[in-house]
Amino acid sequence: MSSILNRVELEKRIIELTQAGLPIESRPFKTIADKLGISESAVVAIFDSMKQKGLVRRIGLVPNHYAIGYLFNLMTVWDIEDSDIDQVGKSIGELDFVSHCYQRPRHLPDWPYNFFAMIHGKTEQEANEKMQQIADLVKDSCSQFTALKSCKILKKTGLRI
Amino acid sequence: MANAKEKDSHVNSAFSSRKSKLLQQIVELDDLERSLINELQGDLPLVEKPFLAVADKIGSTEQEVIKCLQQLLDKGVITRFGPLFDISKGSGCFSLCALKVPESRISEVTEVVNSFTQVAHNYLRENEWNMWFVLACEDQKVLTETFDNILLQTQCRGINCPKEKEFFIGLYLPV
Repeated sequence: MSSILNRVELEKRIIELTQAGLPIESRPFKTIADKLGISESAVVAIFDSMKQKGLVRRIGLVPNHYAIGYLFNLMTVWDIEDSDIDQVGKSIGELDFVSHCYQRPRHLPDWPYNFFAMIHGKTEQEANEKMQQIADLVKDSCSQFTALKSCKILKKTGLRI
Repeated sequence: MANAKEKDSHVNSAFSSRKSKLLQQIVELDDLERSLINELQGDLPLVEKPFLAVADKIGSTEQEVIKCLQQLLDKGVITRFGPLFDISKGSGCFSLCALKVPESRISEVTEVVNSFTQVAHNYLRENEWNMWFVLACEDQKVLTETFDNILLQTQCRGINCPKEKEFFIGLYLPV
């Protein structure tokens, strides 16, 4: 049995070994295990515990949304009544076409928006319709909103926020 | 101090070590590629032979799945395959920031902003606040300094919008 310290150390090493990706081969966990000198089942168990702690959200792929046809990525921003933000955030978060949504600080008078929701659509019309759906949903709590269409990726690293 | 510096360079190299291809065109997908992309936007089973489990589920073979996944990555159709870490549960400090960049200065400012290793993503958007980037730093102090430094070097107006609350995160784009 490894001590708690060892477990933390192993998690760190596993993160280092897999931050660029998981080996794409028949037994990926065995490859990692061999590098660490521990058993395959121990690596699986550590991943399992990192998932339970929320340190690993999931193991899977991240599509390049342009390549798979989601050309219209709209960052929508909303000026939501502060007292309603938890309820609004929850209901927007439940919409299946919203990928991320966050409360962020306003910067008055420059920037009045305190809520961000990311929408992806295959056409501009589809993305706009989705934004309108949100607008209908939050109309009693929202005084203004807008969309910031992305025109160009200027830099992208492997880090997913 | 040496330690802090070493840690900083480690963090930054981790963030920038894997530059994904900036493929910005639609790629034709076959049936296997489509089912694999849909299936693996979910979670890979934690078993000894995870690709065999995926193959069984989508009606393919382990070998085909492995080959197809590697090709999707090589072609830039997917930008990553592996564990997705929730960095807010680990160490580090992150924020979404924006600059108001005059049209005529976009390429010059892009160069300055992208030269900061702390800038993880940078997007040009249609708005008077037109340059949006994510800063990834080892702590709040470095983040504030980096943001101030970017304002100083670009001479642009900027806003720093760290997330105060996350309501949902999970991207599923069916193909």
